[in-house]
Amino acid sequence: MSTNIIDPNSWVDKYSDYLFNYTIVRVDDREIAQDLVQETFFAGLKSMKNFKGEASERTWLISILKRKIIDYYRKINSNKGKAEVRMNYVNNEESEGDWIEERVADPFDKNAENEIENTELGLAIHNCIGKLPEKQAKIFKMKTIEGFDTEAICNEFDITASNLWVIIHRARTSMAECLEKNWF
Amino acid sequence: MKDTNNFYVTRDQAKHICDKNQYGEASFLEIIKLNIRFLFCKVTRRYVRRNVKLTKIIKKSNVQTIPLSKKEQLKAEILKKMN
Repeated sequence: MSTNIIDPNSWVDKYSDYLFNYTIVRVDDREIAQDLVQETFFAGLKSMKNFKGEASERTWLISILKRKIIDYYRKINSNKGKAEVRMNYVNNEESEGDWIEERVADPFDKNAENEIENTELGLAIHNCIGKLPEKQAKIFKMKTIEGFDTEAICNEFDITASNLWVIIHRARTSMAECLEKNWF
Repeated sequence: MKDTNNFYVTRDQAKHICDKNQYGEASFLEIIKLNIRFLFCKVTRRYVRRNVKLTKIIKKSNVQTIPLSKKEQLKAEILKKMN
């Protein structure tokens, strides 16, 4: 039975940042990531009639986005030779015999592992932001992630600084609770 | 009754200062007041630790967002395509 409904008017507010973070770690380019998110929304609009409502809107959009990311890599690797993995190994007699050791993954290099953990953390944060009331989520993002001034946010939402801090307090409390359940 | 002690803050005021401090917007005097409360109030200590932890993990995650102007543009295009 279908339980989830589709509402494209709310896609940008609800899912754009989540999809953007999902994409940026896979393509490592802000502009391309934004374009892929945009293409995902457009593709979603085109295939709205195929949405059965069995999965959530976000899961459905992620499945479209995954295909867009694969298409993007196919496109950039379509010219012959570009898809090859090139290894510039030095032709040096002195280093002969060392190549296996040099190519073994360094167990102390935690960069990749940290990056994956941070990516997952980023998605968990967006997941928790998605559970906040709309206005709270917008203000929290502007203040905490985008680093807007208090005054700029107050002007944008026509609220006082006291109101802003009450909203931030509520958002931070909810965020901490949500992340304690899902991350800490 | 209004408290006349300049260095005393209530629990809610301490939480408010702590929130502001996460964004570098608490004044030096406010930070001192928060620290005094921190010494004797268990609830404040718990709140501060949790709040600092939240700030740290958000920074660590390097979480990013799409610029607001781009979002507005995207919304307009979706609307256009729907009509």
